[in-house]
Amino acid sequence: MKKVFALLLLCTLSLVCRAESGVKPQHADVDVFDQLSVIRGAGYFADYCLGCHGLKQIRYSRIAKDLRVSESKLRELILFGDTKIHEPVKTAMSPKTAEVAFDVVPPDLSLITRARGADWIYGYLKGFYDDPQRPFGVNNLFVHNVAMPNPLWPLQGPQKPVMGRIDGKLEIVGVENSGHGAMTGAEFDKAVNDIVNFLVYVGEPSVLQRVPMGKFVIAFLLFLTYLFYLLKKEYWKDLD
Amino acid sequence: MMNGVDNEKRRFLIKAASAAGAVGAGFLAVPFVSSMQPSAKAEALGAPVEVDIEKLEPGQRIVVLWRGKPVWVLRRTPEALASLVELDSVLLDPRSDNSEQPSTSKNESRSIKPEIFVAIGICTHLGCSPVYRPDIAPADLGSDWKGGFFCPCHGSKFDFAGRVYKGVPAPVNLVIPPYYFASETRIVVGLDGEKA
Amino acid sequence: MSDKAGSFREWLDERLPVTKFLEDQLLKYYAPKNFNFLYFFGSLALLVLVNQIVTGIVLAMHYKPAAELAFDSVEYIMRDVDWGWLLRYLHSTGASLFFVVIYMHMFRALFYGSFKKPRELLWLFGMVIFVLLMAEAFMGYLLPWGQMSYWGAQVIISLFGAIPVIGEDLATWIKGDFVIADATLNRFFAFHVIAVPLAILGLVVLHLAALRTTGSNNPDGIEIKKNRDLMGIPKDGIPFHPYYTVKDLYVAGLFITIFAWIVFYSPEMGGLFLEHPNFDPADSMRTPEHIQPVWYFTPFYSILRAIPSKLGGVMAMAASIVVLFLLPWLDRCPVKSIRYRSPLFKIALTAFVISFLGLGVLGTKPVTETYTLMARFFSVIYFSFFLLLPIFSSVEITKPVPERLTEPVIPLSKREGFQWRLIEEGIRALQDSPQVERVKDAISKVRGKITGR
Repeated sequence: MKKVFALLLLCTLSLVCRAESGVKPQHADVDVFDQLSVIRGAGYFADYCLGCHGLKQIRYSRIAKDLRVSESKLRELILFGDTKIHEPVKTAMSPKTAEVAFDVVPPDLSLITRARGADWIYGYLKGFYDDPQRPFGVNNLFVHNVAMPNPLWPLQGPQKPVMGRIDGKLEIVGVENSGHGAMTGAEFDKAVNDIVNFLVYVGEPSVLQRVPMGKFVIAFLLFLTYLFYLLKKEYWKDLD
Repeated sequence: MMNGVDNEKRRFLIKAASAAGAVGAGFLAVPFVSSMQPSAKAEALGAPVEVDIEKLEPGQRIVVLWRGKPVWVLRRTPEALASLVELDSVLLDPRSDNSEQPSTSKNESRSIKPEIFVAIGICTHLGCSPVYRPDIAPADLGSDWKGGFFCPCHGSKFDFAGRVYKGVPAPVNLVIPPYYFASETRIVVGLDGEKA
Repeated sequence: MSDKAGSFREWLDERLPVTKFLEDQLLKYYAPKNFNFLYFFGSLALLVLVNQIVTGIVLAMHYKPAAELAFDSVEYIMRDVDWGWLLRYLHSTGASLFFVVIYMHMFRALFYGSFKKPRELLWLFGMVIFVLLMAEAFMGYLLPWGQMSYWGAQVIISLFGAIPVIGEDLATWIKGDFVIADATLNRFFAFHVIAVPLAILGLVVLHLAALRTTGSNNPDGIEIKKNRDLMGIPKDGIPFHPYYTVKDLYVAGLFITIFAWIVFYSPEMGGLFLEHPNFDPADSMRTPEHIQPVWYFTPFYSILRAIPSKLGGVMAMAASIVVLFLLPWLDRCPVKSIRYRSPLFKIALTAFVISFLGLGVLGTKPVTETYTLMARFFSVIYFSFFLLLPIFSSVEITKPVPERLTEPVIPLSKREGFQWRLIEEGIRALQDSPQVERVKDAISKVRGKITGR
């Protein structure tokens, strides 16, 4: 625990020492081919995010097929209630309720990693800190005065903002974890990484087909081009 | 102009390049052609439909929509079932040899369970939806009418098992869709059995 | 040819001049024998055009051109339609590569003087195609109805509003509504799928006909038709078929391989081909932080932003394209190819290319004081190239132009100028270096293992 704390302190110190633009961007270890990570991420998403955020562009059946999860396993993981397996992943929260609760409708997250980048989402989820001025008591390093509460608070524990001087101005440059979360720093980072992996997968499920297929296509095309090259060389001999 | 042209080699290279090119073109065509197949959305919308028959009375017929088509679910009365064996001589295809039905429905009653009749409610002539006529010997259908389905568009007649009469425009018996009993009171239309 | 095929051909020829056409265009069309790398972008452009049309047709089967449905229909294609993701990436990658190819194709013309007499009309048709292509790409970009689609269109259409007197009404007429809305999307779809492709196809036919009439230019910029043999065939010409059909096929193979690499491994191209904000559905209430057009429009966008006045910017942007139309009459040098032109022209063209690339890069960046200064600097160079051309090209000191064609690529040893000597020395040093020796050793060892010697 002390080691984790020291590491976090070091990280936040490095954040402080960065001269340029305040907050140091975080780096997620994205690998959509790590099926177990994506499945864990789906579980976390179902537990902590699906209550407000939908993934309407993807169907449950697609998730089952891509992650090779049976319908019964999927029903434990993320498919709840009477929802049929071929339906899109929708949130139960109605836009009206959301507006009343948050002033803004929580956006659908199907394409969030393609729009903002995996690293940004990773940093965002880790970047909440206590702010008594805000209606939900938290603010975020990456979205100032964010309307969203911190859904991962139980796992992460509260965080305090770290101040630093940028161009002479006092600004928030990082966060410091209290260490009181249910997970250790490393465990939490892994959990957030799993969520990010899942969201990257949801952003473009076809990546699981496209990348493995690429080598065969390119190999065939190189072979075809080589044949065309031989043909060209043979005919152009005429002109020597 | 050209001496020592190796025509053999040229012909071989042309053949090899053409063959490889044709293979490539074939592979390339697959996505374009496949993309026109029903998409996952169409498949989702065409997914199997569950029908609850707990409250279905004898003689009662309900209609559900499956893949955009009307599917009839009828609880046949004992009299209706009894009438089936008497009609062989007036039917075009009493053994259902030329009609479309799953193997589980290739029998006298054209159903898995005799009491429950499931069929696609589209006349095999030109596609109208026949009317349910369980009444015996009505004025418009004549004294020989033992009950069944009558298509008002061109007068095709089908019995309680959807078998087509002789001398009417429709060429084959009504189509029976794949279905199975998920339980005593629940039918799933669209699948032959529980998916593995 | 078999008997049946032969008589079928005769039947056809009596009704449509198929054989004659094929013979004239392929077997009896003589192209210069020294075409190099820069000469293959025309046929590649045709290949990409076919790709855009064919993928476009299949995409149009699933895409819905209504504001409420468009964004979701694109994701539907990406996820629910079998192979939809591949078709979408082929179309988006093709759009960007179309511009890569066209810019190289146009650069070739500047480099070798392919726009000069008697090919002025060929150049004008090409320029019209370029403008149509920009319109096609601009309208196509609105269709996904993402944030960048919406706001990019908002910015560009509002430029029309800058035109005095009729501007605002014109912008409203284009939009079909008071803001960019469903009406705009639907009509852009009609233009993108039907009107502009037809126009492009028609102009490509005219472009090829004009090319066929004058014959192709070449890296030496001399007219091969001036030197014919006893049969009337240009001495430096070779029949298009089989030599250039076979070479175009090979080049197409290379191009398609690169195309496939992008489609399968990097279709977004780091946000250049598919911009990140466009994965956010269009929101008329929320403007993205940076609105930038797709990379291929950025040079012209930079010029627009460099001028502080709205109308001035629009006029400058328009002028940057109009001035290209005038090129055959601005460049008065009778020598076509850069090989025989003055060092002054070489420097001017280099400066032009650098400014074009610089403007392009700046167009992807947000507005700051330094960037604006640089954009103005590059814009001045861009326009100076065209405005000074008539002045210095008429008095340019050129090298004597050869009678017969030379090599496709001039070998290093024949190149004059101290910069080439430096490059020669550099290459020699590299070749003699111990690292390269080791690589050469390794290759010969592998070769030996394969051939068993």
